[in-house]
Amino acid sequence: MPNSNRYQMPDPSIQLTDELIMHHIDRNSRVIDLGCGDGRLMQRLHDEMGCEVMGVEVEQSNIVAIIQRGLPAISADLNEGLVDIPNDSFDFAVLSQTLQQVRNPKRLLLEMLRVARRALVVVPNFGHWRVRMEVLRRGRTPITQALPYEWYETPNVHFMSMRDFRDLMDGIGLRIVKESPIIKGRSVDQLWGSNLRADSAFYLLERDSGKG
Amino acid sequence: MSAQDTDQDSSNDRSDEIVQTQYVDLFQPPHLLTFASGETLGPVRVAYETYGVLNKDASNAIFICHALTGDAHAAGVHSTSDRKPGWWDGFIGPGKGIDTNKYFVICANVLGGCQGTTGPGCVNPVTGSRFCLNFPFLTVRDVVTVHSELVRHLGIKQLLAVVGGSLGGMQVLEWAILFPDQLKAAVVLASAPKLSAQGIAFNAVGRRAIYADPGFANGDYYDSEGPRYGLALARMVAHITYLSEDSIELKFGRRLQDSDRFAYSMQKETEFQIESYLHYQGKRFVQRFDANSYLYLTRMMDYFDLSEGFPSLEAALAQTKARFLVASYDTDWLFPTSQSRELVSALLHVRRHVSFIELRCPFGHDSFLIDIDPLAALVSPFLERTFESTSP
Repeated sequence: MPNSNRYQMPDPSIQLTDELIMHHIDRNSRVIDLGCGDGRLMQRLHDEMGCEVMGVEVEQSNIVAIIQRGLPAISADLNEGLVDIPNDSFDFAVLSQTLQQVRNPKRLLLEMLRVARRALVVVPNFGHWRVRMEVLRRGRTPITQALPYEWYETPNVHFMSMRDFRDLMDGIGLRIVKESPIIKGRSVDQLWGSNLRADSAFYLLERDSGKG
Repeated sequence: MSAQDTDQDSSNDRSDEIVQTQYVDLFQPPHLLTFASGETLGPVRVAYETYGVLNKDASNAIFICHALTGDAHAAGVHSTSDRKPGWWDGFIGPGKGIDTNKYFVICANVLGGCQGTTGPGCVNPVTGSRFCLNFPFLTVRDVVTVHSELVRHLGIKQLLAVVGGSLGGMQVLEWAILFPDQLKAAVVLASAPKLSAQGIAFNAVGRRAIYADPGFANGDYYDSEGPRYGLALARMVAHITYLSEDSIELKFGRRLQDSDRFAYSMQKETEFQIESYLHYQGKRFVQRFDANSYLYLTRMMDYFDLSEGFPSLEAALAQTKARFLVASYDTDWLFPTSQSRELVSALLHVRRHVSFIELRCPFGHDSFLIDIDPLAALVSPFLERTFESTSP
């Protein structure tokens, strides 16, 4: 178990993340939730916003949980892309706190914007000053509260900062429509020194061609 | 397409519900059944069983489509002395995955079969002699047309769901595009929108074994023993395709049948346990199945391609109105997951409600008949939610 003295990145509350994502999704639109867990967000999008939803999950028990909600889900490994999902079959693709865990984040982001018009992504910001301190001062790999794993068993295989994320978007021709730093469980529209102070960040992305 | 008699293990939790096969004659002249080939036939006798009670507004009916060599006897027993319950008894019954306390379940023997429904072994009322190979050429569409008519005959306007594995799953798919208003939900297990070339290849070997048997007599063998060796051989080959390398290894390995040493004798026909098992399966099959039905049904399976007559699979599936549940098995190499994924992808393309899962199970294609618990965990809530969405 992680040492309690060590800095743990606060997990933006699930509730907040859901609200933030829902805020950027149009009513009655088609939404695909990647790594949707037990379908909590899908249910809200369906019930409160009349969205047509679809979940992608790797865990069998989660697929059953989603079917139990009366919602559709397909089992797929995000590491293998979204080969079964046709082009432009959704309005929005959601990926919350999962990007840092997939083997090829760049490919998955491109896949998201192949199957959907817009992508909503929440990623941890490993550029947070306390993460940097942890590395500098103690020479230790930081761990997060939500994913309290040691480096040798963590599902987080990529450690990116907000600045890194922006660079990648530039590099692969995706446009950041909106960036919201999340700090201590609250999303803020603008934050001075966000790359140092935000523990996570929300992004709304679309293809740079300006389609949709 | 399945080896219904492999799952001897699952007969432990048999529900001792006594059921009876019923018979009805449909397509009475002049309302003959027209086959996809253009040929006509009538009347058509259908053998079917039902479990549970149809509710007042007839909204709780589920139709079960059996696989290649199945029959109408899906659940329960025919008498208290019955050695084995129906072929999907672990899945269908009171409190089970398909709960007969809640649903009215129907299962019918397929057209062209040999377990009560009109098939090539029956007497042609026009000629007074058996059809043999003069039975009309059969397609999955024809089978579904008869099932559909049975449902109407039973006073059911719309089924809650149609459920089937393997060739049964193909019927579910055909049903969903042919009579889209007749089903609310479709459950497609270990199946595919078309039979793969590999599947056709194995069917071809089975048919060749029957044709090559001198007892076959061009299909007119009912006064003699018939092509028993050919049919048994066909079954042995097919049976292998229903298993997996792992399941054969697990169940038999290289173990010898009646000794711990090799006999070093060419007189000894069955040395290994797997040999003995396959021989037994072949022998058992000959007792319960008709070679002509086997020829017709495997050919029907070869022909199956859901997109036939449409510009694409997507276009075919655009006809559907049901919500879908699709499941495949990781060790099934006869109907591999890739084929289910192709189906799911096409369903997503036409924006249908579809759930898909690849289940892990070592038993190969036959998993859907053997590994009931994970299947029930999946199908039961799917049916329940569909039922809730329809009931007032």
